[in-house]
Formats: sequence, structure tokens, C-alpha cells
Amino acid sequence: MTPSEIDRIFRDEAGRALATLIRLVGDFDLAEDALQDAFAVALDRWAAGEVPANPRAWLVNVARHKVIDRIRRQAVFRGKQEALVHEIELNVPAADEPPAMLDDDMLRLIFTCCHPAFAPEVQVALTLRTVCGLSTTQVARAFLVGEEAMAQRLVRAKQKIRLAGIPYEVPEREELATRLEGVLAVIYLVFTEGYVATSGADLMRPDFAIEAIRLARLLDRLMPDRAGIKGLLALMLLHDARRAGRETAAGDIVLLEEQDRSLWDRAQIEEGLRLVDDALRVPGLPQPYLVQAAIAALHARAPSYEQTDWRQITGLYGVLLRIGPSPVIELNHAAALSMVDGPARALDLVDAISARGGLRGYALLPAVRADLLRRLGRKDEAREAYQAATAATQLEPLRRLYARRVREMR
Amino acid sequence: MQYLLMIYQNEAEYAKNDEATSQKILAEYQAFTQSIVQSGNYKGGDRLRPTTTATTVRVRDGKTLMTDGPFAETREQLAGYYLIEAKDIDAATAIAARIPSARIGSIEVRPIWEHDK
Repeated sequence: MTPSEIDRIFRDEAGRALATLIRLVGDFDLAEDALQDAFAVALDRWAAGEVPANPRAWLVNVARHKVIDRIRRQAVFRGKQEALVHEIELNVPAADEPPAMLDDDMLRLIFTCCHPAFAPEVQVALTLRTVCGLSTTQVARAFLVGEEAMAQRLVRAKQKIRLAGIPYEVPEREELATRLEGVLAVIYLVFTEGYVATSGADLMRPDFAIEAIRLARLLDRLMPDRAGIKGLLALMLLHDARRAGRETAAGDIVLLEEQDRSLWDRAQIEEGLRLVDDALRVPGLPQPYLVQAAIAALHARAPSYEQTDWRQITGLYGVLLRIGPSPVIELNHAAALSMVDGPARALDLVDAISARGGLRGYALLPAVRADLLRRLGRKDEAREAYQAATAATQLEPLRRLYARRVREMR
Repeated sequence: MQYLLMIYQNEAEYAKNDEATSQKILAEYQAFTQSIVQSGNYKGGDRLRPTTTATTVRVRDGKTLMTDGPFAETREQLAGYYLIEAKDIDAATAIAARIPSARIGSIEVRPIWEHDK
């Protein structure tokens, strides 16, 4: 087996192997360290040709023995440690654990990483590191922080699991809906960073978008028939399907109105549309992600920018505002409305948001304003707004887009 | 596990409550305390006198320094605490959320440092 094949197996199995191992040994940190040890052994043996039939079971079993070694090496807690070792020895995973058990392990891991006792960015970091199996270096890169700082943050989080008693459990029925929202928020945060990066030279970081979609697919399989999960998965598939059309070879932004729609990934759009239909059949209150997916579906179905059903899109933003009002949705609503009632009416709405002090420091507010002013032919004000938008973003391609708009207005 | 639930609220605002409101909150506290005694979670707890009665002590270079008032001026002050036994953080935060002051102030939930962990 080549190192890259081995690496792929690690990536695929890391989350699941860890999830099971934590249940067996009852300690997050210990399980993670032991799994690293097991990977090291695997790298040696598998490269030499001894590849097990079931790599995950093999990894879990080797790691379990590594846990026992590690406990025995910590001579501090004698007496107690033998009892612990004995217990872990008894917790042998059955050769053929029922898949439902393994699924539960994975859900436990996801819900633990996305526990509300962690700050949102810590939830994202823990999920990327443990559920997705990214390395600490990769997670650090995602947050644009040093590896040392990220390693520290992860260590503290794992300490908190143990010391504050964060349970390794799928929440009880009455808590489940709220906690699931938190998990979906984490997945969506991972996605949005991939869709439009916060800063830097590149507009997109597709790895994160792909990782988020992978997570949502997993969750949809583990918890079927939940409109929120299906809606989020559909939303991300539909957004991500446009990836090839969203930038030029040189890395410049291509706006929705300018995109070559033949570059969109039709197969992925079809999957997204099917999911929206499926989710709409699930009874219950309208889910925000599903409504957003329905908006994305209208864009995906439209033959051109002009022939988009803007009226229905505006209506759906209205639905979103009723479910959970937020200034960001108001801004999107105003932008969509500009295609129905014209930019003047939309500008009033945008200025009303600013007048209330909403979205202060939100980089896209001046950008939307600038676009509306440009369409109204109010060039001087538009130029000023583009300047404000440029100052508000750290992302190079956005700065180039605003500069282009200003040039085009001359 | 054991957790300390620290009750923070704005003393000045709380002092403005009229007699009827104070009585109502007191009754809510009594009912809450009784419920966690009955459920077996209660390990201890007290209401504290306001920070106007606080004294802060430091020892520097062997000398004891005393100052009037709390260590730091903050918007919310420690008003009381409960020591509870709970299965995990979820159980502890669920109990914390039932403390009457959670609706006006905030409750900090901290695990007790257990020395064999």
C-alpha cells in the first residue's frame, strides 16, 4: 500500500475510529493520542504489505491497546489505574458491531464537539480536527492563526470536555432540536468560509465547502428525515455547484449576473433540487436553511439573471424575515427587492438598516449600497460607498471587484 | 460531579425592587432551593450581603493590605451561590437555568476541582 492510499484511509476512518474509541475508553484526549499512535503503527505495517481486511476495526483495536500502555505508563494513579485498565480490557469492540452502534458513536462525537459550552469558533475547530480528521496545521490555516495557538486552543477545549463534564452523548429528545441547530450552524460556518473566504488572496477555499458538504451528508444519513439537515445540505450543494462559474482563471470574481451558467455543475444542482423537494415533504415548521435552499434553487433553475423569479425570491426572503428576523436577511431581502421594485426602494430599506445602527462593520452593507447607487446613476455617492466597501473587506478579489466597478462608472 | 453555580446580578438595580417584588423573588428562591434539595442535587448555598459590605484582603511583602469593596468593579456582582452535585454540564446548566436570578442576571457554572482527576 502506498503512503497516499494509507493517508486516504486515515482521513476516511479517523472520525469514526475516534468516535468508537472514545466510547470504549471514556476519555477524549487519551483516545485521540492513542489513535495517533495506532496511525504510526499502521503506516509502518500497511506500507510493508500487512493491510487488514477491516482497517477501522484494526485501528480501534491497536489504539485500545495503546490506551492501556499509556495508562500503565502514567505511574501517578496506581490502584485506580488497574481498575481502569481492566475496564478497557473488558470493553472489546465486537468483531461485527452493529452499524447503528457505530452511527451513534459518530453522532455522539459530533454533538460533543458542537456543545454550546464551547465558543462557536472552538466548536468549528474541534469538529474539523476530530470529526473531519483534519490535522492541527490544517485547522490553524482555516482560522488563519499559528499552529501553536491552535494546538493550545484544542488542548483547552479537550480539557474542558473532561473537567467541566461535557457529556459524550446524543442529547435527549427535548434538547435535540436546539442542539441540532448548533451542529448545523457549525457546518454552515465551515461552508461559508469555503464559499467566500474572510480574507486573503483567494475568493474561495473549496476544501472547506467540500468538508462541510461531507459533514452534512453524514448527518443526513445518521438522522434521516430532518428538514433542517436536508435543507442545509441542499443549500450548500446548490451554492457550491456554481463554483466553476464564480471566478476567472486569474482569480477575479464573476458576479451572478455575468456568470456562464453552462459552467455550473448540473448533476450537483439536480441533487440539491431533489433534496429541497424531499425536505419540503417533511412536516413541521419552515426551516431557515430550507427556505434559503429554496431561494438558491430558484437561482439554479433560472435560465438567466434577468429571467430569474425575483418576485418569488423576494417573497421567500420575507418568509425568512418572519421566521428569524436579522439585519443580514433584511439586506438580502432589499437586494432581491431591487430587482422587482427597483433600486430606489431597495436603497431606502438599506439606509433604514444603517439608520438603526444595524450591520455596523458588516462588509457587505456598503457593497450592496454601492451597487444600488451605481444602478441609480448616483456616481459620486456610489464611488464613496465602494471606497467604504473596499476598506471593510480583507479579501483581495472583492477589492479588485469594487475597483473595477469604480473604473466602469467613469 | 460537583459544580459551583455563582449568581451574578446588578445590585443597584435589584435594590430598587419594591417590597412585593422582593417577597415574590424570595418565595421563588425558596421553592427552587427546596426542589434541588428534594432531587438530591443540593450540596450547599447562600445569599451574600451586598458588595458595600465587602472587604478585600491582599498580602504583599508580608504585609496585609485591606481595601473596602470588591476586588473588581463590574456591572454585575456576586450575589450568592449554590454548590450542587450533577451528572454532567448539561444537568448542571439545566439547574442553573432554573435559578430565579438567571432571568435578570447571569449564572456562572464552574466545576469543582476534584483532586483525583
